[in-house]
Amino acid sequence: MNMILGAGLSGLSGLTLALIASLALGLASGLLGTFVVLRRESLFGDMLSHAVFPGVVAGFFLSGWLAREGWVENAKNPLVILFCALVAGVLGAMVVTVLGNSTRLKQDARLGVVLSVFFAGGIALFGFGEPAGVQGVLYGQMAAIDATDLRLMLGAAAIVGVAVFLFRRPLLVVSFDEGYAHNLGYPVTWLTLMFSVLLTMAVVVAMQAVGVVLVSAMLITPAATAHLMTDRFPRMMVFSVLFTILASVGGTLLSGSISDFAAGPVIALCATALFVVAYVFAPRHGLAARFWRDRGQRQRIQRENVLKDIYRVLEREGFPAEGVTVGAFEAERRLDREGAERELKMLEHAGALIRRNGGERLVLSEEGWRQAARVVRNHRLWELYLTNEAEYQADHVHDDAEIVEHLLGEEAIQRLEAELGFPKTDPHGSPIPQPSAPPIHTTS
Amino acid sequence: MIALETHDLTVTYRKRPVLYGIDVVIPEGNLIGIVGPNGAGKSTLIKAVMGVVRSTGGWVKVFGKPVKESLKRIGYVPQRESIDWEFPVTVMDVALMGTYGKLGPFRWVGEEQRRRAREALERVGMLPYAKRQIGNLSGGQQQRVFLARALAQDSDLYLMDEPFAGVDAATESAIVELLKELRSQGKTVIVVHHDLQSAREYFDMLLLLNMRLVAFGPTAEVFTTELLQKTYGGRLTILSEMAEKAAREGTGKLHPKNEP
Repeated sequence: MNMILGAGLSGLSGLTLALIASLALGLASGLLGTFVVLRRESLFGDMLSHAVFPGVVAGFFLSGWLAREGWVENAKNPLVILFCALVAGVLGAMVVTVLGNSTRLKQDARLGVVLSVFFAGGIALFGFGEPAGVQGVLYGQMAAIDATDLRLMLGAAAIVGVAVFLFRRPLLVVSFDEGYAHNLGYPVTWLTLMFSVLLTMAVVVAMQAVGVVLVSAMLITPAATAHLMTDRFPRMMVFSVLFTILASVGGTLLSGSISDFAAGPVIALCATALFVVAYVFAPRHGLAARFWRDRGQRQRIQRENVLKDIYRVLEREGFPAEGVTVGAFEAERRLDREGAERELKMLEHAGALIRRNGGERLVLSEEGWRQAARVVRNHRLWELYLTNEAEYQADHVHDDAEIVEHLLGEEAIQRLEAELGFPKTDPHGSPIPQPSAPPIHTTS
Repeated sequence: MIALETHDLTVTYRKRPVLYGIDVVIPEGNLIGIVGPNGAGKSTLIKAVMGVVRSTGGWVKVFGKPVKESLKRIGYVPQRESIDWEFPVTVMDVALMGTYGKLGPFRWVGEEQRRRAREALERVGMLPYAKRQIGNLSGGQQQRVFLARALAQDSDLYLMDEPFAGVDAATESAIVELLKELRSQGKTVIVVHHDLQSAREYFDMLLLLNMRLVAFGPTAEVFTTELLQKTYGGRLTILSEMAEKAAREGTGKLHPKNEP
């Protein structure tokens, strides 16, 4: 299969090769990145990318030697390089584990030690002479990828894709709830080891594209972006793969059109650009969505506060059918004419208020009445609850109720009423309104 | 029939003994509470049975067989704090995990699995929330989801790690009802519990634990001032000191472990 692939690939242009490589990158690092981010192993991924580096360099040497001896055809044999990379990656992961079991060092320190020493070892190997093509894995070579590199990438990506598909459920459970994985009889240790091996493969793929140092950018950023975008696991995997491909294709094309820009960093920057877009615009978790949600909440609270004050005036004046005057409203809210008009416009806009007599009389619409009665009821019920059940003094409860009145849901209200024995008045003696009852004053 | 049996079960964590030589034989079809002070090893006992933490000595049998061969008959409910609630899974996804054990690693989730997950959610009153991401739930609701997952497993022995921690009163009584229902179906339910007052009320049998097994038996017999004082009062200082020292020196356990 490799031969067929190789023959088919060698006729393609550099750009086409880079685009196919983007797909491999997306499949390998995008997919595994999802797990890396959810398992909180981002730094572990970074460690692996550096730990794999000396393996790759050694793979270049070994492959070159084997080629000179006539064992393999190509001085850059993908299988030999992948094998050496795996050995180095697993070795790195093992050292981290051993350090964990035998020292008091915390995970980050262990990862830091292993990461730097392996990377240093890889660079030191250059002392034996720099094998052709090794610069490519150091800085990434998306723009100059050849058919041999691509075969390596496609092969590793295919293994990752198939393994993640086959083991999707065990991998999900072990990432989500390791204790429970034991209950399901999953071989947790083996799964963790398999994950490290797959991750090493993804690292090798990403290394070809963006270089050792930026591997973690490909492993983490698109998956993190996907996590901001969705609350569903399968969707997060799909998004992560797509974002990786998008960043890779975009980065390759962009760096190709600007001379002197290496593809690797531009791809990483593209991935980050996607992250920023998701950070701001993601549905539900994005900045914009949160802003609108908070804004809606703030407006509702303000509206309820104004309605509550109108209700108070109404109550004081015995619920006159002709409503309250703007002057009384201003006095209650402690506002000047301009400020009062702003709030009244807001209520009118929300359909809660009707103005009569050239705007001088304020009458609540049915909806406005319901909202006002609800918030007044919430306030008084909460005060009652605090004084009766929690045994606070009556002068402690008002400020608390000012906040809680906007937060009580219908279910909580029902529980409160039941617990308080369906009370009629609050601790200050004011009657508790029933929002479901028809308005006391008429709006017709 | 015996649901759970441990012999000389010993666990050391970071060179400190957490459980020391636990011998207990738990008969089938009871509601059992594991009670003891903080750091007594209550959760560790359950985790050691599940193989989540490795024991340093002794053995465990479930329904007369090594745990690994009985896993399909065990439903484990981990502590709520051990979960990442931002994880992108829904209530339904979690309940479905309960069906994975019998499904094997490679088959697709089908209508049969979804039906079982829905039934389990229905039993704990969480079906209306099936599509919610688990982070958007109250503490009590989160606990119910994890109970549903265990129910979907349809096990014979349930091991629950602090199912009442951080749940509202309504959920607590709902959980108690559920546990009683399980018992009436002949299931064995073992619950790590931190509240002594309600423990007396909820459980048929109590396991009093403080690193070592203080007592195990019917609630009426072991809920005595003397035994509770032994559990909550001073630890056996010299035993714990020496056990700790033995662990630190790498000798493992004071006396050699016995294989069956």
